[in-house]
Order: sequence, then structure tokens, then C-alpha cells
Amino acid sequence: MARITLAQLAHSYLKAPSGPADYALKRMDHEWEDGGAYALLGPSGCGKTTLLNIISGLLRPSEGRIAFDGRDVTDLPTAERNIAQVFQFPVVYDTMTVFDNLAFPLRNRGAEEDYVRRRVGAVAEMIGMTDALGRKAQGLTADAKQKISLGRGMVREDVNAILFDEPLTVIDPHMKWELRTQLKALHREFGHTMIYVTHDQTEALTFADKVVVMHDGQVVQMGAPEELFARPAHTFVGFFIGSPGMNVLPARVAGAQAWIGEHVIPLAGDHAPQERAEIGVRPEFVRLAGPDEGIPVVVRRVEDIGRHQIVRAEHAGREVNMLAPEGQAVPLGEARFAFDPEAVNVYVDGWRVPARDEKETAR
Amino acid sequence: MTLTLEGVSRVVNGQTHIHPTDLTLEKGTMNVLLGPTLSGKTSLMRLMAGLDRPSQGRILWEGRDVTGMRVQDRRVAMVYQQFINYPSMTVYENIASPLRLQGLDRVEIDRRVRRAAELVRLDDDKLRRKPLELSGGQQQRCALARALVKDAGLVLLDEPLANLDYKLREELRAEIPRIFAESGAIFVYATTEPHEALLLGGFTACLWEGRVTQFGPTPEVYRRPADATTARVFSDPPMNFLRAVKSGGVLRAETGDELPAAGPLAALPDGALQLGFRPDHLRIGAPRAGDLAFEARVAVTELTGSESFVHLDHGASRWVALVHGVHDLAPGASAQVAVAPEHVYAFGEDGRLIAAAAYAAAA
Amino acid sequence: MNKTVNQRAWFLVLPVLLLVGFSAVVPLMTVVNYSVQDTFGNNQFFWAGLEWFEEMLASERLHNAFLRQLAFSAIILAIEVPLGVFVALNMPKRGVWASVCLVLMALPLLIPWNVVGTIWQIFGRVDIGLLGYALSALGIDYNYTQDPIDAWITIIVMDVWHWTSLVVLLAYAGLRSIPDAYYQAAKIDQASRWKVFRYIELPKMRGVLLIAVLLRFMDSFMIYTEPFVVTGGGPGNATTLLSIDLVKMAIGQFDLGPAAAFSIIYFLVILLLSWVFYTVMTNLDAQESRK
Repeated sequence: MARITLAQLAHSYLKAPSGPADYALKRMDHEWEDGGAYALLGPSGCGKTTLLNIISGLLRPSEGRIAFDGRDVTDLPTAERNIAQVFQFPVVYDTMTVFDNLAFPLRNRGAEEDYVRRRVGAVAEMIGMTDALGRKAQGLTADAKQKISLGRGMVREDVNAILFDEPLTVIDPHMKWELRTQLKALHREFGHTMIYVTHDQTEALTFADKVVVMHDGQVVQMGAPEELFARPAHTFVGFFIGSPGMNVLPARVAGAQAWIGEHVIPLAGDHAPQERAEIGVRPEFVRLAGPDEGIPVVVRRVEDIGRHQIVRAEHAGREVNMLAPEGQAVPLGEARFAFDPEAVNVYVDGWRVPARDEKETAR
Repeated sequence: MTLTLEGVSRVVNGQTHIHPTDLTLEKGTMNVLLGPTLSGKTSLMRLMAGLDRPSQGRILWEGRDVTGMRVQDRRVAMVYQQFINYPSMTVYENIASPLRLQGLDRVEIDRRVRRAAELVRLDDDKLRRKPLELSGGQQQRCALARALVKDAGLVLLDEPLANLDYKLREELRAEIPRIFAESGAIFVYATTEPHEALLLGGFTACLWEGRVTQFGPTPEVYRRPADATTARVFSDPPMNFLRAVKSGGVLRAETGDELPAAGPLAALPDGALQLGFRPDHLRIGAPRAGDLAFEARVAVTELTGSESFVHLDHGASRWVALVHGVHDLAPGASAQVAVAPEHVYAFGEDGRLIAAAAYAAAA
Repeated sequence: MNKTVNQRAWFLVLPVLLLVGFSAVVPLMTVVNYSVQDTFGNNQFFWAGLEWFEEMLASERLHNAFLRQLAFSAIILAIEVPLGVFVALNMPKRGVWASVCLVLMALPLLIPWNVVGTIWQIFGRVDIGLLGYALSALGIDYNYTQDPIDAWITIIVMDVWHWTSLVVLLAYAGLRSIPDAYYQAAKIDQASRWKVFRYIELPKMRGVLLIAVLLRFMDSFMIYTEPFVVTGGGPGNATTLLSIDLVKMAIGQFDLGPAAAFSIIYFLVILLLSWVFYTVMTNLDAQESRK
């Protein structure tokens, strides 16, 4: 297990990058704690896989260094970095039994057979495959195979980190719950440093202590799930996390108030005057309002998604969404939406501007 | 225009892929086939398309028997999970290809291609490119447009969004009903994800091990599942279950709990029952009067920032509570959980629904 | 069990059936016809029953040719399959060099068989052939026209030169279908090169290798042109393989009846051996997965 340091790290697939646009990964400095559970979250092409490959050693960064526990590993090949990785599609050795699959990384390192047996037994128990140990891996279902991949990643106690590359892509929703909670329990049990790459917000948020949101080769925010939810640092984070994402509306801001057109939106904090700002508020904090508050909207559609309803509305040509509880009647047509002042964030040029009296969050 | 399956079944090499099924799909409707992998979704679609012949039963199209008719002679379009386009043709030519086969003149082809492209939001620049130069989402839009121009009476979509990023999936999913709204065809959409079925609306057929367990308007199947299997398939996270025996005003659970059969539960018949309640109805904290209250042990907590999934062990069963806000409960801790009687479904020992939850019956 | 019944499908197969009928069944029947008759020329035939078959099965000449044939097939399989796999493993996976290698590999396969024979016939000659001349210049006593061992080495080297490429191409195709993730996982698991081969590459190549072995076996068992051009079956009968013997008998001696019986036995042997190969190998496969 190790602390991972990324120092001045950047990567371009081009030989002579000329501008920021040529970088798949823009310069970054990060320190990831020993034993932490991190998720790299972002859309395809945001650089998360590039970063993962740099950590695993499949790719040498074109600039900067990477260190495990302070030891520079930038030039070490994958095999010497002492990491484990679980891939998007299950990788199992078909001709081996489940037991031999799990034992493979240990035996390759010359572990004693006694220890191998104990260790494989413990891991098999954790992934719930004790009964299948004698079976050939060939012919197992996709989720069983993926469990073996997870188990193989988990079997070595001394790994620096375990990397997960969208490991639940091929798994059915119901199995996802099971594997995800198992993963969580494994993390608690063994305390490995884990890095989990995904485009799926639910997977990232539920898995990680710290979620690293990436966009266009940059880390736009790194924080605990509740921070990303309550105070997205960039409108992209607001959009990308949450479904539907955060509502973003152009506004003027001064003091504890914002104006969308002539409509006044109360804010919780005190802000420096800004003519061209945006306010962001999540659909969870939007409610139907009386005639004298909020903004006028036209409700276009109400989607019943079971435990709540998504109310899709429009204000001056912009989409504004609200979440309504299950069973609440929301008529189509004209209505007014009001926002919970505590949940309204102010953005300038896409980046969040804290209120002048906002306390630094301790995390 | 209707598509009717009459006692259609399919048996391959002695294995039943589809049990005898009766189903009637109406013109202009969205019909979701919801079920886990290998539950028979694709098999059923292939039967509808005419790619496979049923072992028994008939398939009627507008009342006419088309059971043995070749797929080429039917007006069927299909979109797959993989983005299937002709890689050497431009996007324009891809969309035009089914029309060229129909031998339409150039002006008419151009008109229809442009209209379809507009509906799926592919601009002129994209039309001139080759599919592989586009992003995954755009490639799938191209495949959707090709299905659209065909003017098919039956459009089959087999997990069309499964290979897309989470956010792209959200975007395209919201558009699909709009894209197909005016074509008047019968849509069949296979998915493994309950919330996708809810978002698409229309009708849902739940599949489990080659059987259609229930077919009806989507919200109704969700709120009044005909049996415990349907309830389990159509719930993400999975529904929580508890076996109990009712005698008079008391429910005696298999775990030894004695619970009041208050409110709507009082009307249930005496005898053995399976009680089911959804994760979002299971509350953490002190019970209210009449609630079914339990002591459970926390297994894992997953936090998304806005909500928490608390996985609980109660007796031999694993339950999930989906609660608002951040509830970081320590694993192993004991927690008080409660569910209101109007949120409890009652199933018989054979799994058939005895009484839907009272709140749903009222909705 | 209910099977889909669609009689129209037969019409689609009909042309193939007719073609196969004309190209395979009719000539085969002619051979069957000859094999049960005797002739003294003048197109006069007598019923001979199974006489030719009995004679052929008891013939030492055929036994010897059969043993030589088996030895030849066994040797070239033992060389070509491992060598082909080895070459495929060491070919570049992508880039310009991958294409160059593929073209180079395909070259021997494009050369007509009698030309291959001619090339090696000349190549190996001690007086004017580069190989033969060089070897004798080095003081090695090499002469394929007189020494049976040299003759065998020559035709085996020739076959290896000609056909290993086929195994390479098939194995290469099998290797290319292995996703990168497997190699990455193996690196991370610190698997040795041998283990990567044993547990990833070999299992994934098994299907194509089965085809390669079958093709090479059948082809080598029926080989005629190249050794005939090089050695003509000599020296003595040292390289007289089954097909060469058959031609000698049918055309050289005009023993149509025995030759026809010989052909049929030959055909059945190939069929039988191929079937044995196929079932053994697929059974092994099935057993592997069932364990």
C-alpha cells in the first residue's frame, strides 16, 4: 500500500506538443493518500484512462514524475510497480481452475503453497466463490469471471495500489450492487489504496472517499461526494454529477441577491457584484413557488421514475429541471420555480465563486 | 397496426429460451423489455423480427399471420448495442442505404435522409464524415437515423445505449421518445436497467428466465407488480423482502420479530406471506406509530453526496435503504429501520401479489 | 425438440450439391468401378470382386509406402507447427513491419508446387545448385540423388520452407485476436514469458492450430508434385510416398485395377486419420472446459 504522488505530471501523445490542446493530460500536482479509495470520473476522452495507464506504468508520462511512497517509479515498468489492475472486460486464464487463477499472481512471485492456499481461501470467501474453486474458469458467467478478476487483484497483500478500469461495465444492474458492496467491504477489510476509473457517477460516488472529476485533460475538482454534490467547483461538475445535472442560468449577482432578468433570487452568502455570472442550483433544491417568488417557467414534461419525478421545464429558452417527490401532482404549463438559497452556487467563467463570508470547508 | 404474439415459444436443442408468450403491441407505442442478461430479451426480439422462427405459436401483424415470413419481407428495423454502421461509407450514405435498397429516387432519398439526420441531430458536417470519425454517441445516432428512414412498422432497439457514457446515455435516452414520436411505428426497447424503463415510459414487459412475468403500462407494472419476481426485476436497488406469517393483528416474521399488522395490512388474509418494500421506503431512525420496525446490522454504506445507500443485514436477508442526505453509518453498527404499512407489498408464498402497497393503489 | 423446417433452403444448396457431385462423386465412382474389375487392354473388363483390395492390403510395397508417408507427415508436423507458432509469436504486432512480414510469409504459398520442386531440385544440385555446391564446398558429403537420408532431408526442408508460412499466418491471426488487457494483466501478475504463452496465447490459438494441423496433415499426406519433381521417389524407393507410388502404379505400369483399389484405400485412410485427429483434438478441448 502506498501514497501516490503526481508531480508536475502531464502527457501528450504528440512528439512536440505546441499548445495546451495537444495535451491529453494537462499539468497536475496531486498527492493521493495511502489506503484511500479514489475514483477518476469523467466522459470518454477526458484523460482518465491516460492517467490510469501512467499510474500502472503502461504509459510513460511525457512530463513530470510519479512516486509511490516517495519513491520515484516514473521509469519502472508495470511488473516492477507492484500494483494490481482489474479491467473493463474480465480477464481470466480460461484453462486454469478458479483456484489457480486466484493463486497465479502469488505463485509467480514464488509464494509458499501453504500461504497461497490460505490467501486464496480468504479471497474466495470474500468474493463468494469458495464452492467454485475447483472449476475451470472457462464457461463461467461474465460476472463470475469479473469476480475472479477482482479476487486476483485483491489476493496480494503487499500491492502498492489496485487499479480498476470501469470494472462493472459488463455487469447486470442487480449484480452491480452486489459487486460494488463487495468491493467496498474488501477495501475496508484490506485497506488497499484503490483507484477506480469510470464514467458512471453512481459508481464513482458510492465507491470513493475522494472523487476526481476530469474534463478535457484536467482535474476540475477533487472532493468528497457530498462536496461535489453541494458545491460543484465548475459548472461541468454540476452538469456531470447528478441526474439530471445542475440547472445553470445566467444572472447578475450583488450582495446576497442574484437577478435572472428582473426576477430576484435570494442567496445565502454575500457576493461581490458581478454583471456576467451564472447561478447553479440542483434539481433536488428546486420547488414549486407562489406567485411572488422565484422565476416563471413552462413545465414541458413530467417523468415518473418511481421514487421521484423529474419535472422538465423551461425558462427563457433554457432548461430548468425540478425533482418532485413520488405522487406529487405537477400540472403541465405555466408555473413558478423557487430555489433553496443555501443550495444556490455562483459561477463566473464556469468556475465557482465562494461568497465573501463563506468559511473554508475543512477537508 | 398491431403486433400480436400468440403462444409463441422457442426451444433450441431442448433448452427453452422463450416459454409460451402472449403479447399484443400497439402502433405508436414504446414497449420496454426489461430483464437481466439471458432472461430472453434478445430471443424475444429475434422472434418479433422474424430472424428466428417460433417453435410453437403464431405471430400476427395487423391480424395477418406472418409467422414464417422472412425478415427481409417484413418492415423491421433494428438497432444494436454495438454501433453497427458501414465503416467505408459516409454517415449520409449510411443513412441512405436502406432507401437505396428500396430504389427511391435521389430527391426523395435526400429529403428523407436530411429529415432523419435533423431528428437525431447530426449536422451537415457530420453527414460528410465516416462513422468511425464520430464519437460513440454520434455513431449510435447514425444507426438510429438508419432505422428511422426505413419507415419500418416495427423498430427493435436492443440495449442501444449500453455502450455509451453515462451522461450521453442520459441525453440520448431523453431524446429517443421524441425522435420516434411521430413515426407511428411499434417500438420495442430491451434494457437491463429499471430506471431506463421508467424514463422511457410507455409499456413494460418484465422478463425472467424466458417468461414474460407481466406486461402493462410502465408505472403500473412498477407500482403493482403481479408477483415477487417482477417486483425484484423492476427495482434498482433490489426490493427488500421479509417472510412472515399473519395471524389476526400480528405479523410474525421468520426472524422472530413480532410486528403489528396495522393500517392496510390489517386486511390481509391470515397465513404465510412474503412482504416486500422498496429501498426508498425503508427509513433509518425511530419508527412512527403503526410502522413495521426492525433492528438491523449495517453491512456497508454507500454515499452519493445527495443520498445514502445503507446495506443492512436482517436475519439472513440483505436489505438496502435509500435515504436522503449523508448517513455514514459504521459497518457492524446496529440500526433502527422502519417502513410504513402503506408502503408494504404482500405476496403469497407462491410469489403472486396479494395486495399492492396502499400508496400505489391510491395513485 | 422442434426444428425450424424450411424446404426452400434446399434449393440454395442444390448447385453446390450438383457441383460436388460432378467434381467428386462421379470420378470417385469411376475409380470404384475400376477397382473391382480387371482388364487386359482393348477396353475389355472382367469382374474381379475384391481381389485387388486383398492384394493391395497384403502388398508390402504399399505397406512400405504407407509407413514412409506416415513418417513424412509426422516429421513435417513436428517441425512446422512449433516453428510456425514460434515465428508468429515473434512477428511484430503492428506497424509497417507487420505488413512486410506478412507479405514475406505469404510468398512461398504463392509459388506453384512444381516450381517449388524445380527450385529445390536445382538449389540442391551439387554441380550447379547454390545449396548443394556450398555444402560440398564445406566438405559435407551431400547428394540427394544418391543418399536416401539426404533425399529425405531435402524434401522435408523443402516442405517446411513451403508450408510453415501457412501455420504462421493462422497462428498470427489467432494471436491478433487476443485483447491487450490479457497481456497487461499478465504483466501485472508478473507472469513469465513461458506462462503468458502457456496460459494466454496457446489457449487462444487452439482453435486455429487445430485447423492448421488438420490442413497440414491432409496436405502432407497427399503430397505429390514437389518430391516427385525433386527426387522422383528415389533414390531407390526411399522417398516414394503413397501418392508417388500410386502414380507409378497407375500410369507407369498401367495397373488400373490395383491402382484404383489403392486410391480408394488411400482415400479412406486419409478420411479416417483426419477424423481421428479432429475428434481427439475437439474432445481434448471439450474436456478442458468441462474440468
